[in-house]
Amino acid sequence: MPGVRFPRLPHLLLAAALALPAVAAQAADPLPADPMARRMLACVACHGQDGRATNQGYFPRIAGKPAGYLYNQLLHFRDGRRINATMTHLVEHMSDAYLRDIAGYFAGLDLPYPAPQTTGAPPEVLARGEQLVRVGDAALGVPACAACHGAAMTGIQPAMPGLLGLPRDYLLGQFGAWRNGLRKASAPDCMGEIARRLSPQDVSAMAVWLSSQPVTGGPAPASAAPDPWPMRCGSAEVLK
Amino acid sequence: MTRRTPLIAAALLLGLVAAAAVWVRHATQLVPVEPGPNVKHTAELVERGAYLARAGNCAACHTERGGAAYAGGKGIDTPFGTVYASNLTPDAETGIGRWNADDFWRALHHGQSRDGRLLYPAFPYPDYARVTRDDSDALHAFLMSLPPVREPNRTHTLRFPYDTQAALVAWRTLFFSPEPYRPDTTQPAEWNRGAYLTLGLGHCMACHAPRNALGATANEPDFSGGQIPMQGWYAPSLASPKEAGVQDWPLDEVVRLLRDGHGERGATMGPMAEVVAGSTSHLNEADLRAMGLYLQSLPVVEPPAPDTETAEPQALALGQRLYAAKCAQCHGENGVSSEPEFPSLAGHRTVTMASSANLVRVIIGGGFPPTTAGNPAPFGMPPFGQELSDAEIAALASYVRGAWGHMASRVLPLEVQKIR
Repeated sequence: MPGVRFPRLPHLLLAAALALPAVAAQAADPLPADPMARRMLACVACHGQDGRATNQGYFPRIAGKPAGYLYNQLLHFRDGRRINATMTHLVEHMSDAYLRDIAGYFAGLDLPYPAPQTTGAPPEVLARGEQLVRVGDAALGVPACAACHGAAMTGIQPAMPGLLGLPRDYLLGQFGAWRNGLRKASAPDCMGEIARRLSPQDVSAMAVWLSSQPVTGGPAPASAAPDPWPMRCGSAEVLK
Repeated sequence: MTRRTPLIAAALLLGLVAAAAVWVRHATQLVPVEPGPNVKHTAELVERGAYLARAGNCAACHTERGGAAYAGGKGIDTPFGTVYASNLTPDAETGIGRWNADDFWRALHHGQSRDGRLLYPAFPYPDYARVTRDDSDALHAFLMSLPPVREPNRTHTLRFPYDTQAALVAWRTLFFSPEPYRPDTTQPAEWNRGAYLTLGLGHCMACHAPRNALGATANEPDFSGGQIPMQGWYAPSLASPKEAGVQDWPLDEVVRLLRDGHGERGATMGPMAEVVAGSTSHLNEADLRAMGLYLQSLPVVEPPAPDTETAEPQALALGQRLYAAKCAQCHGENGVSSEPEFPSLAGHRTVTMASSANLVRVIIGGGFPPTTAGNPAPFGMPPFGQELSDAEIAALASYVRGAWGHMASRVLPLEVQKIR
């Protein structure tokens, strides 16, 4: 996509080169005092310190997401509705109660977001992305993202995730997984349906726009749900 | 050589094929079994069957991820192809709803289906053959009490010739004899109970015994360790205190590891976490003590002296840097953890044993012991497979296998690649 300043190979190589001496000199960090934070060291190796993954790369931020959303995803990995061998291996012998505690721990972390990832995208791509997010596309039968994920796109309690601060590649990856059935939710699977109605160009525009937005006005998920929801979503309903 | 030679050879071959066909046909006839006592399916019997199904961890294979309990469908990968576990719910069409207790016993003890088909030993009937008829009847009663689920069995995807009944006839002739468990009268009842559970329903040998090229384990008790096919994990020897032997442990710690999935002396990960989660954490204290007692009595057999070749200095230096950056926070700068929840790696058997498979597996995939009543919120290990290359993981594993007085052999990047 011309004009969009995505990370280029030389930049990645430079970053890797800069990281090497850091590995050599680094002494062990002290262990966190909180026992749950100690337990969750296994998660933050990928999801970033305190679950605050950077918005580069692929791993999604989990800190501050609604607890119900995180709990659903952990169940989906354990029970085979989301496919990721590493995640499934980590959670496969965990009880519902422990998964709920893990979700609650990361949901309770209120941490600032970094600056947005994507800069300098072409205006027409941004405009299409913003239109899909804020208004949707009635002709395609696609509601606005903001209608369910909150006007500020930081999610809605208890189960709608925020959409900001995620790596662009992660957003693209999820739409691909919904389209080809590698990511599922409890039926009716609203996001699977939406992903099948959108063209790859639309998905890309949306991911570009979302990954170029700063988080303003605090990262906390909204508490007031729309009435009615524009679509039925099984994962939101099972938690009611 | 005369003109007739090819003809004679062809006739001989034809004769052999015909003989083999007759032999296979004979061998796949329904094994006659003595009719059982026609027991009444009381609530008590069903409950005992449910407990025994836990002891056998039947659901681990016969339940698909996220699927209905015991409705089958899960693929078991083997070096010969994939075997799909069958539907054990009492659905008449797709499950075992038409099976009586005799049919069930024939499957469990003789490895033969109700329709005469010989079963694949991915279903560990060489172990289950040791189960008593009483226990078989209780298991049958339990399965019949489940809600029937309509879930057609999936066809195995095995390569030729393993997909033939003839192959199974040959395999069984070579390696299988359905022997019940014979108590050792020189041992107390508790020991015999432990041996019965360990060798029978527990089918511990299915992983902890070596397998030959055709996937068979020994008929006699053998716990000298085995590579778990297709999973990259090694089931360490229970016959050697250098691997996973518990001969020198306090019995309470053996019970604790099986019940809680972790204890003073170690934690379970990977396939053993699955065993604890699905099976041993549900067994009663008396049975766990019996199994512990039996495991402690296993004669010590030391594995052959391991290769002690060390890695190149460059790899060791890289491994040392990675250890300081990624591992020392929890496992301690010198392999000695100051916190009880994180294991010390100095002297840890997973680090020092001859096989480096589990060490590499844990570095790649991390993992948590299972949640159990005794350990409801386990501590876990992060996966590093995303972040570290094969060469880095090999260097890190080589470093810890050679540090702090360890003498274990190096790990090569190719070995890491194979396990990924």
